[in-house]
Amino acid sequence: MKAFAALYAALDASTKTQHKRAAIVDFLRHTPQDEASYGLAVLCGYRPRRSISGSRLRALAAQACGLPSWLIDESYHHVGDLAETLALLLPPAEAAQSRPLSYWLEEGLPELARLNAAEQDQRIEQIWAELPDSERLVFHKLLTGGLRVGVARQSVVHALAEFFDEDAGAIAARLMGRIRPHPEWLQELSQPGRADVLAPYPFLLAHPLDGEPQSLGPTDVFLAEWKWDGIRAQLVHRSETGLWSRGEELIDGAFPDLCEPAKSLPIGTVLDGEVVAWQNQRVAPFSQLQRRLNRKRPSSGLLSEVPARYVVYDLLEEAGQDLREQPLQHRRQRLQALLEAHNGPWHLSPALAAADWAQWTHIRAQARDEGAEGLMLKRLDSAYSGGRPRGLWWKWKLDPYTVDCVLLYAQAGHGRRSGLHTDYTLAVWKGDELVPVTKAYSGLSDKEFLALDRWIRAHTRERFGPVRSVEPAQVLEIAFEGIQSSKRHKSGLALRFPRIARWRQDKTAADADHLHQLQALLDGVPA
Amino acid sequence: MPVLTLSDHGLYCPAADLYIDPWRPVDKAIITHAHADHARPGHQHILASRESWPLLQHRLGSTTGQALRYGEGISVQGVRISLHPAGHILGSAQVRLEHKGEVWVVSGDYKRQSDPTCTAFEVVPAHTFISEVTFGLPVYRWPEPSTVFAQIRQWWDDCAERGQAAVLCCYALGKAQRILQGMLGAERPIYLHGAMQPLTQIYRESGVQMAHADPVPVKGTDLSGALVLAPPSAVGTPWMRRFNRVSTGFVSGWMQLRGNRRRRGFDRGFVLSDHADWPALIQTIEEINPQRTLLTHGDGSALTRWMREQGRDIAALHQVARNAQDDG
Repeated sequence: MKAFAALYAALDASTKTQHKRAAIVDFLRHTPQDEASYGLAVLCGYRPRRSISGSRLRALAAQACGLPSWLIDESYHHVGDLAETLALLLPPAEAAQSRPLSYWLEEGLPELARLNAAEQDQRIEQIWAELPDSERLVFHKLLTGGLRVGVARQSVVHALAEFFDEDAGAIAARLMGRIRPHPEWLQELSQPGRADVLAPYPFLLAHPLDGEPQSLGPTDVFLAEWKWDGIRAQLVHRSETGLWSRGEELIDGAFPDLCEPAKSLPIGTVLDGEVVAWQNQRVAPFSQLQRRLNRKRPSSGLLSEVPARYVVYDLLEEAGQDLREQPLQHRRQRLQALLEAHNGPWHLSPALAAADWAQWTHIRAQARDEGAEGLMLKRLDSAYSGGRPRGLWWKWKLDPYTVDCVLLYAQAGHGRRSGLHTDYTLAVWKGDELVPVTKAYSGLSDKEFLALDRWIRAHTRERFGPVRSVEPAQVLEIAFEGIQSSKRHKSGLALRFPRIARWRQDKTAADADHLHQLQALLDGVPA
Repeated sequence: MPVLTLSDHGLYCPAADLYIDPWRPVDKAIITHAHADHARPGHQHILASRESWPLLQHRLGSTTGQALRYGEGISVQGVRISLHPAGHILGSAQVRLEHKGEVWVVSGDYKRQSDPTCTAFEVVPAHTFISEVTFGLPVYRWPEPSTVFAQIRQWWDDCAERGQAAVLCCYALGKAQRILQGMLGAERPIYLHGAMQPLTQIYRESGVQMAHADPVPVKGTDLSGALVLAPPSAVGTPWMRRFNRVSTGFVSGWMQLRGNRRRRGFDRGFVLSDHADWPALIQTIEEINPQRTLLTHGDGSALTRWMREQGRDIAALHQVARNAQDDG
């Protein structure tokens, strides 16, 4: 794993895309094919299954380092990354021995997963005694499932294209689908026509429409649909069936109620649409759908309580034939015919009709009542080209709601923000008491985060492990997309997709909003 | 009465009526070393080490007072005072105060790593030891300086091969000179940012051997392949425009954490600190073996708890909170 650890260090050290690409090409050129194949798979997102919890690793590390567990925890909260903490804390290996990445991915880590807890502990201690210092960080990243390489797929594609001296488009197509590395994978990728049978197509992404819609010209060249509040997914049914998220991850395990019925579709069908939670014959709030996400096998109770539905808006492949070059209008006609002929937990995303922008503006304003976040505008003559081409698809979202909150608690972030207090718990007034309503992690510039971090350090009241309570003085304007009642929160409600819109340094805590204003929103009464 | 107390001007010795590194102007001040957060202007009489004196004169303008050799003792109103090397930067000193048989030692900033640019830390027995704690967690364990200098040279070579200037950011006082010393024998040119010139000159006049370095030449000179030392504040200013192709690095103990390194936006981070790391803090307290240890300068909560569990009498010397990351 020495070569891959060096690549990881090089990628981690650089902030420049061209350096990263050069480092990958270098790695592909100078590394034995076996290590290069597995390294490439990891760059493409291939991960071993996580088999041991972070807290058990911390307990083991305490023993190995001869430190109390609270000190391991303090260190972890300070560093903000468990793999990095372990790499920094563990004593040097007694008898360092480097093993190839393929060993760890094919044998070492899968074997660890098959052991019982006591055997696992023993094995990990043994690994620590042999693991070379330079490979510690990468090993623990793989072990904890937290490996993010910080390289866009596009960079990997271009590096491979340079390495093979081939067209990037062809390489990208061969990389679509499941990543299943083996020692000759790199060699195999150099040959055309070896795509995965389950491979989806590169998603066509919409541009946000920020200005006035009139800038788009006449309305009649566009198809308008609701922008559904679910998750984007491609349903692929060929000799196998799979559901791919926009991040190109297979999510069919979480949605057997979509994937099983999809097997009745004609072989060679690829659909694009939105997975939503479906209750009372309508799209349920996103919080319901969330209960279905990231589950390997949902219980039958959950399946009947929160059924999934697929709102379909595009047909990319029919009878094994790639339709992406056809205009949207044509694809949609074929899609309509297909869905009329095959019933299932899906339906066509309806086309909305309006005569002019004024009417569409009016329709858009009702999106929330429909369980949507706004409108999608798609050119009727558009081909389905991957990526984010300008001018084909527009997302015209409703303006978010906003609320002014008071900062109550702060916690250090992770990754790039480790050691910096960027995770905030925010409150609004309930009478003369501040009640937490949401957390927010994003939206400020690096400079603002740094300034607020300084303020937090200087105005900490109490520390509870990694969390600091601060003087209630800073006001942050939080933007959010929706609101739901929640038993889990003290305030009785939960905000959807909260993020920091502005740091209101012009306001004091007394100027923050009141809970009844949010409750009014929940009840549908304008605040 | 304790030998030292904490006042709103800083650490104060009532018996001798003097302060140590006060943050407001006072009549009598002992200055442990010439970094700006310890050596503030405006004091009437200064007591500092001989090696520190030229640096203080440069930083504070005219200085009146007394320069002491390491180990040389004076008496002030019955308090026996002496300065001892702290190994932090040139002239850095620990302060030993003895009053009525009671010995207090204030570490100032210190390190235990080898550093040919200053005199090594001396273990001075004390009843009460006041220690800095900038890096108070076990994740801070420094690599050998020779390893770090090799990393810097490797990065410099890589930059030269790519036709880039290697701009290495570091503290102008102490760190810059330590790096220059570590670059002795280098074959490609080294340049210094203007802020580092006079300080480096003082080091040379004090007899510290360092690699040759010229002032950064005027705009238009080809600087590819050169190593350029600059304070971190120079990055992001028009000063950087003179470099066509450039890679930036930062040398600091804080670079031990990837998050810090990435957030600062430097291409490379190198872990070299003039402060004690976790093992050195513990080693120092154990070697001095004081009856009581007080911690200052940074977050000492983990070290306090850890040392208490080992049976030590240790507490935080409450001081105005400094930004935990303004020093390195």
